[in-house]
Amino acid sequence: MTTDADPHRHEHAHAHPVRGEHVHGHDHQHVDPGDVDADLEARWVEIEHLHYAYPDGFEALRGIDLRIARGERVALVGPNGAGKSTLMLHLNGINRPGHGSLHVAGMTVDRRNIKRIRAEVGLVFQDPDDQLFSPTVFDDVAFGPLHMGVPPDEIHRRVERALEAVGMGGFERRLPSHLSIGQRKRVSLATVLSMDPSVLVFDEPSAGLDPRGRRQLIELLRSLSQTVIVATHDMRLVADVLPRTIVMDEGLVVADGTTVEILGDAALLERHGLERP
Amino acid sequence: MIVVITLLPIGAYAALVIAWIALTAASTVARLGPLRLSRGAFIAAPFLLAALPLIFVRPEAPLGSVDLGPLRLTISGEGLRIFTTIALKSWLSVQTALLLTFTTPFHDLLDALRELRLPRIMVAIIGFMYRYLAVLGEEAQRLMRARAARSALAEGGAGGGTLVWRARVTGSMVGSLFLRSYERSERIYAAMQARGFEGTFRHMAGRSVRRAEWLAFAIVVGLLGAFELAAHLWLPRL
Repeated sequence: MTTDADPHRHEHAHAHPVRGEHVHGHDHQHVDPGDVDADLEARWVEIEHLHYAYPDGFEALRGIDLRIARGERVALVGPNGAGKSTLMLHLNGINRPGHGSLHVAGMTVDRRNIKRIRAEVGLVFQDPDDQLFSPTVFDDVAFGPLHMGVPPDEIHRRVERALEAVGMGGFERRLPSHLSIGQRKRVSLATVLSMDPSVLVFDEPSAGLDPRGRRQLIELLRSLSQTVIVATHDMRLVADVLPRTIVMDEGLVVADGTTVEILGDAALLERHGLERP
Repeated sequence: MIVVITLLPIGAYAALVIAWIALTAASTVARLGPLRLSRGAFIAAPFLLAALPLIFVRPEAPLGSVDLGPLRLTISGEGLRIFTTIALKSWLSVQTALLLTFTTPFHDLLDALRELRLPRIMVAIIGFMYRYLAVLGEEAQRLMRARAARSALAEGGAGGGTLVWRARVTGSMVGSLFLRSYERSERIYAAMQARGFEGTFRHMAGRSVRRAEWLAFAIVVGLLGAFELAAHLWLPRL
């Protein structure tokens, strides 16, 4: 059941969304007051009435309301200029909301919490040449923990673990410019995994990958236990890996539901310049 | 080594030959092949143009003159001597720099600069420069390929356009390269911020310099000092 309407008018699933069974337009589900943790898990990422305009006056976000549970895997789709990237930059406080608020892991995203938020939300940018800016792979993966003030021994452990997790163990002394695109993409993921985030946000992770690189990426995404938010045009990737889909257009959430429902609604996809996988 | 070469007296060709032999030996030991450096160092040859006027502006020991219409250039023996020395010195200095970059991984050089107490921001800038030089080069190449792809020649046409027009095209390519780099820098900054960067670079203590390395460093400096001294006092000059 998908809705194609102004998000201000409809309620989002405030229920405890079990992965893959996202119920939409439901009433508030009763949450046991004693069970605060379960409530927090259900609202691990919470966005309320988020508005944002760029300095030149362009309104990129015009009132976003979203709730994402811990461990959910969510696709963020929509045409270019829909506000996906702008929204992603809000998630770890690079953009500051004009109106409204964001909460991650029970913390408000604001100046006070910014350090902890950035450790909590790992942002993987589209172009690995932007993400990997250090002379060596090791320096890059160590950059996050280092600037979080993690002690050196622990940094070495984390770098090793992160590179292991993306299948790039042993590449520590290599130069980013000497890696293939697929390898660079995986190292990009390692650079945020080393910060031990609970939420991972990807911008077009499959762009520019050849079929093998894409398959490796899909396996990698499947292996992650974190909350995963992926902004993409790659609808096959969405169908393969991400059980919930959020459609954005013109700075609004225009649909939010299970991927099966959304991808089954040809009219909706057509209306927002998307295509079925 | 570069400092030593630069400080050698004018006309100390014997000393320069010794320096060249030392460099070539080092290059052979480093398995680069004996003549690779000597060949590679010609890359800096165009910069010698700046020293070329020296041949004509020194008044000492005139060797003859060239008539160029209203100008009369007098070739000076002293000037020629200075020019030759400068040419050889720069050729050897470039070889030294090449030897260093061929044999030492770049991040080790950065570590060394850090160890030598170069300000962190400078080290970071050099690091970024090295990282993005290739990226920038690729972007420039893409632009040029796009231009080449559309620079077809119509049959019977002159093609190519005027010099002014071509200069304008090149100018706007440089401009667009600058804009792209600028935008990239913003994205890189966002990526750095996203990982907790707040304006100060931190660096993990790299491996520290071992005592044996300090010793080797001291010996090399001593040898170079002795060589410099010998070149000033005993080695023949022309």
